[in-house]
Amino acid sequence: MELKTVVFYVFAAIMLFAALRVITARNPVHAVLYLVLAFFNAGGLWLTLQAEFLAIALIMVYVGAVMVLFLFVVMMLDIDIARLRQGFWSNMPLAATLGVLMAGEMALVLSTDYFGATSFPDQAMPADYSNTKELGRLLFTDYVYPFELASIILLVAIIAAVVLTLRHRKDVKHLDPAAQIAVKHTDRIRVIRMPAEKEAE
Amino acid sequence: MEASVLHFFEWLWGPYWETLWAWFKPVWPLIWVIMKIVAILVPLLLGVAYLTFWERKIIGWMQVRIGPNRVGWWGLMQPIVDGVKLFLKEVILPARADPWLFFLAPALAMAPAVAVWSVIPFFDGGALANLDAGVLFLLAVTSLGVYGVIIAGWASNSKYPLLGAMRSAAQMVSYEISMGLALVCVLMVSNSLNLSDIVRSQGQGSFADAGVGFLSWNWLPLLPMFFVYLVSGVAETNRAPFDVVEGESEIVAGHMVEYSGMAFAMFFLAEYANMILVSALVSIFFLGGWLSPFGVFPDGILWLLGKMSLILFVFLWLRATFPRYRYDQIMRLGWKVFVPICLLWIPVVGIWMMSPFNIWK
Repeated sequence: MELKTVVFYVFAAIMLFAALRVITARNPVHAVLYLVLAFFNAGGLWLTLQAEFLAIALIMVYVGAVMVLFLFVVMMLDIDIARLRQGFWSNMPLAATLGVLMAGEMALVLSTDYFGATSFPDQAMPADYSNTKELGRLLFTDYVYPFELASIILLVAIIAAVVLTLRHRKDVKHLDPAAQIAVKHTDRIRVIRMPAEKEAE
Repeated sequence: MEASVLHFFEWLWGPYWETLWAWFKPVWPLIWVIMKIVAILVPLLLGVAYLTFWERKIIGWMQVRIGPNRVGWWGLMQPIVDGVKLFLKEVILPARADPWLFFLAPALAMAPAVAVWSVIPFFDGGALANLDAGVLFLLAVTSLGVYGVIIAGWASNSKYPLLGAMRSAAQMVSYEISMGLALVCVLMVSNSLNLSDIVRSQGQGSFADAGVGFLSWNWLPLLPMFFVYLVSGVAETNRAPFDVVEGESEIVAGHMVEYSGMAFAMFFLAEYANMILVSALVSIFFLGGWLSPFGVFPDGILWLLGKMSLILFVFLWLRATFPRYRYDQIMRLGWKVFVPICLLWIPVVGIWMMSPFNIWK
């Protein structure tokens, strides 16, 4: 077995274990950390596919930013595990149906020739081949319209999120840094000259 | 260099060399990489130790004190003694802490701070791994450093550490954005993600040809980005004046409150290793890495070390000079000042590069 195959199985095994622990861990913080481990191994798998840009972007965006905020939120939650487990069996049939459906869809994509996943060309790239450069070239030439569309959709989403959470509360004390810097000592303190003692009458 | 090392071993072992080499030849690449890692790590850890000493001395002098001067000559043994003290202390596990994560956190803080050094080029061709996507690797690995702090804060199961973890999560994620955007300008003008190529591209230009190379380094044409990157680097390493994460007067020591002995020392090592790392990165991205400032001097690792020392001095100088930022002011500086400056400067550099005045051809 060549080294690449060994590496693949190691990454895949750790990733499956981590993914399983994400849904079985009792503590949500542990679950988030297992998800981080799963992302990390997914990045490793992509590296073996010579997709170094996507692999590093996955770790940078998901592990470095998104999961930090996830952890941030989960750590603040007041979690009652007993209440979370309530209604597990009543929701079970729906969840199981959805799970089977998703697994079926994935099997359809991966196993049949219809989507062309099995005929993925296994081409060896030259040593100085830059995945990043190639991806950038494709994004800004052949796929420039979808790329621009996606960026506009994301921009709209950002603005929507800001607008939805923007509240103008009147009771919040607000500081204006420019006004703070512009303060002079004469605005805050007044030096009064007065005699030390009253003169005797 | 590999050949001369082999030659040295051949001289060292004399007549036994042939038999020894027959044994070691298959694993020699591994041994060679490990030797290089040791050659990077040992000076790094020594540098961390003496950076703490230097910091105490400089802050002492700035406050008209003497600083540590009792142990060894001029106090030079102080960091070693501190290290031994921390090593011998008991590591206490708080009663309701999460035992696994509590001990995982210092390792998670330390590992990224050390791992990033694998892509740093110390001289021309002098990097452990000359990655083509070096900058991406660097951004990805440095963004993992925040986990050590967050997990430490949560696993301690205590109030001040949790507050420190919350602060650090918000602060480090915010300043990562301005750091990344500042780097976009550097990548645009050097047209590469490879750290060695970024340094080499700064050695070209009309100033470099005229013998005053330091004027064609990135700091001059990208001056706002240089400033943004340097200040964001200070904030990213949680150093004063951005040290609200530790904030002794507010939350004692933030995420490190419950740690003692070696576990505490790991956080300390990680913080100082990150400081040295940021100084190396500023030197590489903006100050020409190993390039010499004047054409008459040869390039070399000494220039890189000199530039790093300069940036590190600035770090310590800032700590001795400025009072701590208020928390909302930190967030304002990151999001409302630095991010807009970067977003403005990226199109400026883009238009500059497309115009006839392009200096980076």
